[in-house]
Amino acid sequence: MSQVAGLTVAQGALGLGQRAEQAHRWGRAPAPLIGAAVLAAALVLLPILVTIVQAAGLSAKDAIDLLVRPLVGRLLINTVGLVVAASFTCAIIGTATAWLVERTDLPGRKVWAVLAAAPLAVPPFISSYAWVSLSNGLQDFAGALLVVTCAYYPLVYLPVAAALRGLDPAPEETARSLGYGAWGCFVRVVAPQLRPALYGGMLLVALDTLIEFGAFALLRFRTFTTELYAQYRTGLDGPESSLLALVLIALCLVCVVAELNVRGRARYSRVGSGVRRIAAPVRLGLTRWPALLAFAALTSATLGVPLGMIGYWLLQHAQAATSPVAPSLPLLFSATFASVSYGLAGAAAAVVLAAPLGYLTTRYPSRLSVILERIAYLAQGVPGIVVALAFISLTIETIRPLYQSAALLVVAYAILFLPFALVGVRSALAQVQPGLEEAARSLGLGWFGVTVRVLAPLAGPGIGAGAAMVFVFVVTELTTTLLLAPIGTRTLATEVWANTSTLAFAAAAPFAGMMLLISLLSTWLLARRFGAAVFPDGA
Amino acid sequence: MADVRIAGLSKSFHGTPVLRGVDLVVPSGALFAILGASGSGKTTLLRLLSGFERADSGAIEIDGRQVSGPGVHVPPEKRQVGYVSQEGSLFPHLSVAANVVFGLARSQRRDRLKAEALLESVGLPSSYARRGPHELSGGEQQRVALARALAPAPKLVLLDEPFSALDAALRIETRQAVAAILEAAGATALLVTHDQSEALSMGRQVAVLRDGVLAQVASPEILYRQPADAALAQFVGEAVLLPGLVAGGLATCALGRLELALPAPDGPVEVMVRPEQIRFEPRTSAGAARAQVLAVTYYGHDATIILSLDVEGRQVTTRVAGHMAPPQGAQAWLSVEGSVMAYPRIPPNIQIESGVPLATTISQKAPKGSFVQTVKETQE
Repeated sequence: MSQVAGLTVAQGALGLGQRAEQAHRWGRAPAPLIGAAVLAAALVLLPILVTIVQAAGLSAKDAIDLLVRPLVGRLLINTVGLVVAASFTCAIIGTATAWLVERTDLPGRKVWAVLAAAPLAVPPFISSYAWVSLSNGLQDFAGALLVVTCAYYPLVYLPVAAALRGLDPAPEETARSLGYGAWGCFVRVVAPQLRPALYGGMLLVALDTLIEFGAFALLRFRTFTTELYAQYRTGLDGPESSLLALVLIALCLVCVVAELNVRGRARYSRVGSGVRRIAAPVRLGLTRWPALLAFAALTSATLGVPLGMIGYWLLQHAQAATSPVAPSLPLLFSATFASVSYGLAGAAAAVVLAAPLGYLTTRYPSRLSVILERIAYLAQGVPGIVVALAFISLTIETIRPLYQSAALLVVAYAILFLPFALVGVRSALAQVQPGLEEAARSLGLGWFGVTVRVLAPLAGPGIGAGAAMVFVFVVTELTTTLLLAPIGTRTLATEVWANTSTLAFAAAAPFAGMMLLISLLSTWLLARRFGAAVFPDGA
Repeated sequence: MADVRIAGLSKSFHGTPVLRGVDLVVPSGALFAILGASGSGKTTLLRLLSGFERADSGAIEIDGRQVSGPGVHVPPEKRQVGYVSQEGSLFPHLSVAANVVFGLARSQRRDRLKAEALLESVGLPSSYARRGPHELSGGEQQRVALARALAPAPKLVLLDEPFSALDAALRIETRQAVAAILEAAGATALLVTHDQSEALSMGRQVAVLRDGVLAQVASPEILYRQPADAALAQFVGEAVLLPGLVAGGLATCALGRLELALPAPDGPVEVMVRPEQIRFEPRTSAGAARAQVLAVTYYGHDATIILSLDVEGRQVTTRVAGHMAPPQGAQAWLSVEGSVMAYPRIPPNIQIESGVPLATTISQKAPKGSFVQTVKETQE
């Protein structure tokens, strides 16, 4: 599942923001609560601050010299070029699939709806592994664009499909009665209303492309993230790397801020209360055959290739591959165990960080709580590689015992995925009426009793959904794990990485397969259990 | 069960005063109603009593124990104050039985008979115990909420507009049931409402809260018959207000010479008559005021009639039994039954501080002691 995906989707579906205003005025928040919330926000800012401090070691002239040189130019062209290209291909594919699934009589629409959203559960570096092991020709820009489009077009598909479902058919019917055909109607009436959802989705694609590392490294496509990693590996990291990281952060923050703005305006397209008339589906006629063919091709590329290649390599005998080490069952078990343990620890840590923040924003809304919440959401725009590099230099220089410790890795996960945990906590708490807590307190319960007997049972499932999302993200996370994992720790992600970088595709297959299994299974359970709350398409 | 003493209670939100020095004594074991329009501060008063909010100044004493005051704020869970909110706030994750026993000690919560006994005390069948809150009607939910609030035997029960979410028929039925339950439990209860008929029919005493101060505290009958000022008269039911003159203990106005319920100083006044006091008289009756029927609104059991008085052309409203309603345009002769209130009219050149009643039988400017004294007098 893509990182940023679940967030917007969940925020939209849970009507975040609309409920915030309903919060009771509860007087002033207790100091420990404010303290815990401030701590969470400070942790998000920490990696950015460390990076800035390191880059500040450079003089202005050096900084300009370092920024204006062919390498940075090439990275910018590569990164921005890919980001722009991917946003547009995803926009086209995402909108087309959404329209076909939501508004036409395409055969098998319900199945296609699930299959169109499912690629979110396939980590891009896994599909990158599959494509690279399929053909050597898929390298550089074309390969990167293919992999990124396959992985991220659902980021456009999901919000646009939800927006299409939420649209009032009346304006379209009016347009038809004024003489517009299906296509004219789409261009003149439907498309303008989809714009917020479309732009929001495209910005998420841009953001995810900016922070992706594993897929590009395997494809040997140089972007800011791969360059930062290479510089760290060759010991060249220093103020120069920090400067590159700042450029990357700046690009990401532009996307985050733009996305927040679009989302603010997008609200009207998401209103879904009450019974809405469903627009009559467009009859495709003979064009249904090319449409079906396109869907089949898309599903083959997004799901067929990763699953097929993993299956293929699993069936190869170790000697048939270029594999130096035959993967052993115990190693697979221990890597799975490590991934799952880190996933659980990361989810727990993210919820612990998010809980006071969520409680503060839902129960004591104030200017401070809004600022703290915005900071927490900034974490979306802080790439894993930046967090990892900042933590490495911070621990080496100041808190040595934490260097390459499991605790530090868990904290890094918690920071990276705080926004997802926060969405879960916040929406779950917003749905618990403050009156219930007051009733419990008037019946003699202190804060602990209220938490255990009222908040936990009522908000638990929603918080659990957020935690489950964080779990999936941690299990499929590569960059931070690679850089911060204690020496000797092998997770599914690091094993896939290690084997694939040495072209040992058969050796990587069991780990990639296991990771994909966990990811698909968790996402499916999440979607089934929480349905529209997490995935509005009910996938 | 305990008495509640409130002195000088003030609270403001973001610089806007909501309560401005409320003094009130609620006698033990009584159902006391607080009547106020929305924004009058009545919910804030309840939230200060329950401990959900902190007072800016003033003190609250429940059963002789100070729970709020300078440097004192007992948290809600330590106050033993039951609270029934507008929407009932039943815990949606718990059964009806688990809701009812929520505030009891663990050992008592296990006792199934306890929950059933509590349900029966609010007139619900014990078979409801296993249901979920969503399976109950609005009125039943409020009864469960009341049973839950009463279960730990609180010193005081607060009811925050508990019937406003119910439809009209259910509201009256639930009101009566709740009044009976509270009576049976002997609980001291404070009911907050914006509905004057609810306050008058349920409260043994009614306090009217207006702009953050108590405008009047009295028994329902005194409040209705002798409201402290004209605005209050219009708030507590319908009022016909006519200019008049008091002289020698009688008020003279377009409806004739009328007896005063409370003495008023000689001079120009506003005379307040309740519509149901205005009676139709036979043509021959002496001293009756002649009027013409302008409009009749027929409700079945009764009818509201708007008339234009021949003297001064003033309009008055009266209410008669449905079968007595005269036809539109008819001539009528009116008299007033019972005594009326007269409020001195203020000459326009005198500036009046806003929020202070123009004329009061219970003056806001009186010392605190005498104010509380008045409350005690009226309740005897």
